[in-house]
This record gives sequence, structure tokens and C-alpha cells, in this order.
Amino acid sequence: MHSRTLTELAADLAARRVSATELAKHFLARIERFAGGLNAFVTVTAEQALAQAAAADKRRAQGRATPLTGIPIVHKDIFCTAGVKTSCGSRMLDDFVAPYDATVVERLASAGTVMLGKTNMDEFAMGSSSETSCYGPVRNPWNRALVPGGSSGGSAAAVSARLATAGTGTDTGGSIRQPAALSGVTGLKPTYGRVSRYGMIAFASSLDHGGVLTQTAADAALLLETIAGFDERDSTSLDEPVPSYSKAVEEPWEKIKIGVPESFFDEGLDADVAAAVRAALAELEKLGAKLKSVKLDYIHLSVPAYYVVAPAEASSNLARYDGVRFGHRASDATRGDLLSFYMRTRGEGFGEEVKRRILTGTYVLSAGYFDAYYLQAQKIRKLIADDFARAFREVDLVAGPTAPSPAFAIGAKTDDPIQMYLNDIYTIGADLAGIPAISLPCGFVRGLPVGLQLMAPALAEAPLLKASHHFQRVTDWHRRVPSEYA
Amino acid sequence: MLTPEDIRRLCRLARVEITAGEIADVSAKLSSIVALVDQLQAVDTKGVTPMAHPLDRAQRLREDRVTETDRHELYQRNAPLVERDLYLVPKVIE
Repeated sequence: MHSRTLTELAADLAARRVSATELAKHFLARIERFAGGLNAFVTVTAEQALAQAAAADKRRAQGRATPLTGIPIVHKDIFCTAGVKTSCGSRMLDDFVAPYDATVVERLASAGTVMLGKTNMDEFAMGSSSETSCYGPVRNPWNRALVPGGSSGGSAAAVSARLATAGTGTDTGGSIRQPAALSGVTGLKPTYGRVSRYGMIAFASSLDHGGVLTQTAADAALLLETIAGFDERDSTSLDEPVPSYSKAVEEPWEKIKIGVPESFFDEGLDADVAAAVRAALAELEKLGAKLKSVKLDYIHLSVPAYYVVAPAEASSNLARYDGVRFGHRASDATRGDLLSFYMRTRGEGFGEEVKRRILTGTYVLSAGYFDAYYLQAQKIRKLIADDFARAFREVDLVAGPTAPSPAFAIGAKTDDPIQMYLNDIYTIGADLAGIPAISLPCGFVRGLPVGLQLMAPALAEAPLLKASHHFQRVTDWHRRVPSEYA
Repeated sequence: MLTPEDIRRLCRLARVEITAGEIADVSAKLSSIVALVDQLQAVDTKGVTPMAHPLDRAQRLREDRVTETDRHELYQRNAPLVERDLYLVPKVIE
């Protein structure tokens, strides 16, 4: 039952082969058995899940069900959930109970999904390994000594180990796609503004994207058409119609052109990962796609541009944690002056990586540096976006690896921020340009999953998901489950 | 290379305390990040308009009407210290 895809479970529920309550109980039992070993959850909401499942069954009996009614999912602990702790993986928010639901949470709940719990993540989504959480590192179901990728590593591990049918995630520099690749699941980051950021705890506002981690692209299509769309509560939400992605994926394959940036296959890429990705490209060619080499002249600057823009915006966004209105407060609040109170509150509440990003942001925004760093980075961001726009005049999609290597050992890169940052070398570009991108399981290297990344022009999620679905019809990498969790 | 004094100044600006023992490590790691982002300085960007929005959209404005209701009781449940509906902070004025 747990290895069924969301699309298959939706059909099972519609045909009354299974009830939402049976599904919720089955997955909650799996979570109880396996979640601890993976450290994938911050909070398990068993009681709420059973209540939502009972309501879903009732709704179906009344003939008011949607395709998602009764589907058990998990939310990354960055999404506010009313009445449920929302920690963002930080000691700063260890006691924080969200007063409202994020739009993503609200829309999925309205459709009748059942929330099993909130998943562990890098603190404030700052990381590529899910090791910076104040609740300890998430472990990779394929090998628990390894990281699952990050920052949405809890959702990735939960879907990979089939502890949930799907999970929500956020992607600022690769935080959906990179853990999807390292954990062997499908991860979709839509166009900037396609999914509301309301109630999604802010990291870097011009780069933050909400999205999903699933078994398949067809599953992602079903979820995206539910969570996408205009939301007046998010000032950058796009007021554009939402097509039926689940219908779009079923349309016949068209002859498409896929651009391959050769610079994505340089010496920074693990040779075995390169071979797996090339094999996936050959598979797409067999389906009728035409491969064409494309040049992205400025893409090599995406990591440095990102590490100006993201920390600058983070240092502003995280200024709200002051120990007064909500969140952690310095233990001895009466000692010293207000400055020292703020400094101790934030010094105690934030972990090492978060402090590093706040300090980096403060540095690049400090007096006299704004033009040289932030403005220059935004110009380079424009050049990178123009690179993609030029490529998309010749090709329908751009394809390459998602991550430079398979999963690595817990602790291997924690002492070298630059090595950690380079995990996102292939994913950051799509965040800077705001274009949709997906990671699909495309093979194994040394027993570990590898991801193929496909990118599309802004708002072209439908063709992106369709190509992904056709790839998954002729491959079965996305159906592989780590043996212990099969 | 950022000096210990640079780090202490940044910590004050960012309102983040780090211990004396952490300064050397923070300085080394922050310096490596600054070296990474300094690669941007070599790029000629004359005439390039900085990106303001990935999809080149203008800021949407909303109608000027009150939509929020008073929910201070709900919001203050997350506050560390509240008395008579007021947030308590350390004494600022002597």
C-alpha cells in the first residue's frame, strides 16, 4: 500500500479499495517504526491525521471528494500549520505554534489531504544536507550514514522510505531538487510566484519557491494544480490561470528539443553521475527528443551571485527574531542593555550556519558595499536569466545533472561551507532566473540514487511535467525503494 | 581576510553574539565566503539592469482598506513575556 504512487492511491480511494482512515493508520504505523532511525520528522500529528482521515472518508461518502481527498502527506516544518508547532528546524522557533495556516497547507487541507506530520530540515532552510537542524541531522534511507540532501531532507527521506505519499518542500537554491536527487524521489520547483509564499517562513524572498517532493511527475502535477495560483496575501504571487497539469501529463509526447549545457558536465561532476545522466538523456532521445548543445555563459557565476543575494535577503528577513514578539528569548533578559539582550537572544537562538549567513548578508549590505555586492549580484542574476531566455528560444527544455555527486557522509562537509555550497551548483541557476525545474530519479551510482534535472521557461510547468511523465513511463528508477523500507 | 575587529563589528550590526573562542573560526569561514563572492567583481556589467523581479513584473498594489482584525491575543500566545497585553522588554530608559 505504501509503495503505491499518489496517483494510484487516488484511484484506490475513488474506487473504495481503501479508506483514508486505513491509509492514515498504515502510514502512521510506518512512521512509528521507521521515522526515528531517519530523524525525518520534527512533529508527528497522529491525532490530527486520524481526524482529517475520518473527515475525508465522510466527505467521500457524501460525494464531495477531490482526487486528493484522503491522501496522506507531510509538510516541511517551514510551512505554518495553525495550532501545530512550526520550528523551521531552529531553536529560535522551538516553541512556536503557528497562529495560521500557510496558503499551501490551507489549499491541500481544503482538498482533503491528511497531514501526517512536519518534517525536519536545515535550520531556516539554509543548507544542502539537512544537518543544520537543531533537532539533529536527517538520515538517507538508502544508507543511514549519509545525508539525504537538503534543505527539504525530511520530506525527501519520508517520501523515499515511503513514510508518506508526498511531501511539501521549499527551494531557494536547490532545496527541493537536490534532496530529491540524493534520496531518489521526484522534486518539483515551480516558477517564482506560481505557488504562494504566504505562511512559508521567509529565507530569501526573491528566491524562495514552494513546491513538492513525490514519487512521480504525475503525482507532482496533481499536487501543483492544487497549490498553485494567485494569492492576494503574497505580494509576489502571480495572477495567472492554473492549467490542469494532471491532464497535461497524459497528453501524447511531442517532438521536443532539449538543450544540454556542456558546462554542466565539466570536472566538477562525478564521472559516474555524468554517465547516468548521459544515459537518461539518451533515453529521452529514444523517446523522440532532439538534443542540442546550449551555452549558458554566466552560469558559472550562479554560486557567488547566490551567496550575495540570499544572505543579504536572509539578514533582513531574520531581523524579525528579536526575542520580544515570538521565538527564543535570552535566558537572563534583565542582564545588560537592549543591544546585549538582542545579541544574546539571537546568539543562543540561531545555529552556526544561520549566523554565518546573517553575517555574510550584513557584510555585503554594510555601508559602501551595496553597489559592489548586492547590485552587482542582481546584474549578474539578470545575465544568467538572459542566458536561459536565449537558450529557450532554441530549445523547449534544458537538461543536466541535479547534483554534482550522490549522497555524501554525515559530517563530511560541515566544516567547509564552500564545499557544501557547491552542492547546489546546478540548481541555483533556476532559482536566480525564477524558472521551473524538476529532478527525476535517473539511475544509481555505487548503490545511491542520481537525479536528472529538467528546466523549462517561466510558467511552462505543463510541458516540463509532461516530458518528465513520459520519461518515467519508460524508466523505473522512481519505483525503486530502499530494501529496508520496501 | 576579515580581522577579529571586523567580525566583532559585523556581530554588533547583525545583533548576533558569538563567543571569543568562535571568532577565529568565524573569521576564516567568512573570509572564504567573501573570496567566493569577490569573483563577481571581475565581471563587466556596464549597462546591465539589475534584476528586480524574475518575471519582470511590477509590484502589485492592493486597495487601501482595513482587512486585518484584532488578533493580538492569538498572536501574543507565542510571545516570551506579556503583561496586560503588552510585550515586556528589558528596561530601555533609566
